[in-house]
Amino acid sequence: MYETITYRVENGVAWLTLNRPDKLNAFTSQMNREIQKAIKTSASSDEVRAIIITGEGRAFCSGQDLSEVDEDVNLGQMLREDYSPMMQQIASCEKPIIAAVNGVAAGAGFSLALACDFRLVSEKASFLNAFVNIGLIPDSGNLYYLSRIVGHAKALELSVFGEKVPAAEAKNMGLATKVISVEEWNEQVKAFAENIASKPTKAIGLIKRYLEASYHLSLEEYLKEEAEGQRIAGLTIDYSEGVTAFAEKRKAQFIGK
Amino acid sequence: MNALQFTETSIEDGIGYIFLNRPKQLNALNRQMVSEIVSSMEAFDRDSEVKVILLTGNGKAFSAGADIDEMVNDNPISMELTNQFADWDRMGLVKKPVIGAVKSFVFGGGFELALSCDFLIAASDTQFSFPEVTLGVMPGAGGTQRLTKLVGKTKALEWILTAERINAKTALQYGFINKIVAPELLMEETVDFARKIAKQPPLAVRMIKESVNKAVDYSLYEGMQYERKNFYILFASEDQKEGMKAFVEKRKPNFTGE
Repeated sequence: MYETITYRVENGVAWLTLNRPDKLNAFTSQMNREIQKAIKTSASSDEVRAIIITGEGRAFCSGQDLSEVDEDVNLGQMLREDYSPMMQQIASCEKPIIAAVNGVAAGAGFSLALACDFRLVSEKASFLNAFVNIGLIPDSGNLYYLSRIVGHAKALELSVFGEKVPAAEAKNMGLATKVISVEEWNEQVKAFAENIASKPTKAIGLIKRYLEASYHLSLEEYLKEEAEGQRIAGLTIDYSEGVTAFAEKRKAQFIGK
Repeated sequence: MNALQFTETSIEDGIGYIFLNRPKQLNALNRQMVSEIVSSMEAFDRDSEVKVILLTGNGKAFSAGADIDEMVNDNPISMELTNQFADWDRMGLVKKPVIGAVKSFVFGGGFELALSCDFLIAASDTQFSFPEVTLGVMPGAGGTQRLTKLVGKTKALEWILTAERINAKTALQYGFINKIVAPELLMEETVDFARKIAKQPPLAVRMIKESVNKAVDYSLYEGMQYERKNFYILFASEDQKEGMKAFVEKRKPNFTGE
């Protein structure tokens, strides 16, 4: 079903692993499409309550496979056809998405990590906004997300200088949710994802929805939408469970609905 | 009323509900279905218990368009003799307000059905489109006329010629939907809206709908004359007397629809 990625679901977590290790998991248009499809599948599967995107081998993702690009390629068209649909699919997914950045995340690979909700970063991983080094601008939503995560000045700096950002530095600028040692990598990534998967999934989806909406609305409009959001959350089974568990002084058992 | 095959109807609190009910086919419209919709609307129109009509779809989408299988072998003569679009003309004659609650795909004939409503409340995931051109045909149930009258020639022509999908935000911006709501709250919000309209004095609602619709087709002068006649007519109603009396007495009116 998939050739450039692997996909499996375990304990409520969908593991989407970029699987072109000999090419440092560089994007091909097939991989763009397969990621898009896997995210769509996870979003609509009741079984899935958290999604991990990670890379096989030593890299997370090195960005566009340049062997697929020659001088005649219309880069705008390539973004419109291959990358933008993938990025839109990720943005419209209301389940928590975790980038488990196991190694270098460069170019569009960096953008992919930025589009996720959380970034777990291996101590040996690094980020690189490589685009400027070949005369291009950060794409696939990179500037949109980066400036929100690290602020305008830092986003400009990372994009214009195109220098490597090691894990520790990424943590300092808020780019990494958590830095994890190589020895504890597998265990901690799994634990992090399974913990999120046990939370009220619908509420997390609504938090994502209204946080994003806040960027495009006036306060007045936002407060209207927020009331809608809370109405929806108030209709969930997890809300009743949360309130009951609180009253009964026990830990809530959320089912994600 | 004959047994309904592709739709479901019910009446609750003054609202007459019509649900498109072919969810597996994303509520693709066939002729029988359109005929059921129109018959139900007409029945609701005559039923004094119903104040407003609410039209929506069961399942994921409002309606992904017309049932193409049904049309593959049509020819001009068979269509002239079937005269299927006459049903759509009858839809335009319904006097009570029709509120559409739309979501996900609203394509082709589904889009035309939506445009036949007086109000549209749309879930934020709604996409409208006229894909007919990609099948070598064009909208045939009022699409080129209704959309153009609502948004003007510039965008109507662009959208119908490109088959581009129009999202809810754009639809609101161009004024062919009334409101965008979260998908989870589509029915709740639409019913709230329907209740507001259902509370208004029914005869005034009727005359207002008729007059506003005339504004679309009549010259300003003729429209004004028409409006005036309807205004006068309302002074024959009990609700006018009650409404004005209540205003003077500083109390809430109690409308009876007479």
